[in-house]
Amino acid sequence: MNIINYISNIAVPFSILLIIIYGVIEKNKVFDTFLEGAKDGLKIVYNIFPTLLGLFLAINVLRESGVIDFIINFINPFLKLMKIPAEILPLALLRPISGSASMAVATDIMTKYGVDSFIGLISSTIMGSTETTLYTIALYTSAIKVKRIRFVLFAALMADLVGMISSVVFWQIMS
Amino acid sequence: MLNKIWPLFIIISFIYSIYSGNISNVNNAIFSSAEETVNLCITLLGTLCLWNGIMNIAIKTSLIQKLTKFLKPFISILFPDLKNDKDISEQVSMNVIANMLGLGNASTPIGLKAITSMQEKNKDKTTLNNSMAMFILINTASLQIIPTTVISIRSSLGSSNPSKIILAVWVATVCAFLTAVILGKLLSKKF
Repeated sequence: MNIINYISNIAVPFSILLIIIYGVIEKNKVFDTFLEGAKDGLKIVYNIFPTLLGLFLAINVLRESGVIDFIINFINPFLKLMKIPAEILPLALLRPISGSASMAVATDIMTKYGVDSFIGLISSTIMGSTETTLYTIALYTSAIKVKRIRFVLFAALMADLVGMISSVVFWQIMS
Repeated sequence: MLNKIWPLFIIISFIYSIYSGNISNVNNAIFSSAEETVNLCITLLGTLCLWNGIMNIAIKTSLIQKLTKFLKPFISILFPDLKNDKDISEQVSMNVIANMLGLGNASTPIGLKAITSMQEKNKDKTTLNNSMAMFILINTASLQIIPTTVISIRSSLGSSNPSKIILAVWVATVCAFLTAVILGKLLSKKF
């Protein structure tokens, strides 16, 4: 446990240190190079802001209108057949859409049912093993202004589904 | 894609909110989403610029070439079309390495650079080619060695063993990753 904490604390400083030492050894103008790269960061945020604004609007109205709750009520009977706890459904639905929203939901679930309970463990595993799929796709496709994304959305959502089912099955076997 | 999904989400939400009586919540959500975006972009701005700067140093050193060599066999299986493109496959492996280390803020700028370079070589600018599709897919699958964010949430909620989930996360993330890769390979031949 302490070792894992230590590793996660040291990962970022260690990477930066390693990169800068490499730069110095290879006689790079490290500070000039840093400034040049940082300037590119400004352009990236400038480019993704409108996309994020649009997506945040869509996700927030979808949640606040009650559409997400409606879908949850609709899918619930199917989940019961597969012994998947319905409590994790809001998380499963929001996880691919919004990182901040799913984090809020996961925290809420863990507080409500217990962080080390069956449901709490599943929620943690889902958060750790999946990514904000729609955001990731939108980020990359909008940066290069591509219109047709072919099978990417389908395959990515299937991968999320498999990740979530694996999370549930893992804890069903373990408990 | 988003040209269809985005209006659909909004139209459905507005109509449903009238039916469900949540119209005032929706009204608030419209303005709060603008605020949330600004907040996110401000936090993103700092870390993105910082990592872009640091990673710019990394790109100019031989460090990445060393890590790239290690990843090379895997990258050439996943991206057969990038065989003759040293720069792009380097950026792709850097993005993968940053993702695996959980350096989300580091992987995104590199990833954006990689896909922009791929787009320059892309024949049909409006459609993803196979390499670009696979690249986005492995980014959505998030192969992460240490799920630091969840572990810190769990410990803040008073878990008796916050890192208990690591093995489960590895199993789930590998299953998801394999699904993404296999589906990507199969579907790229037909769609």
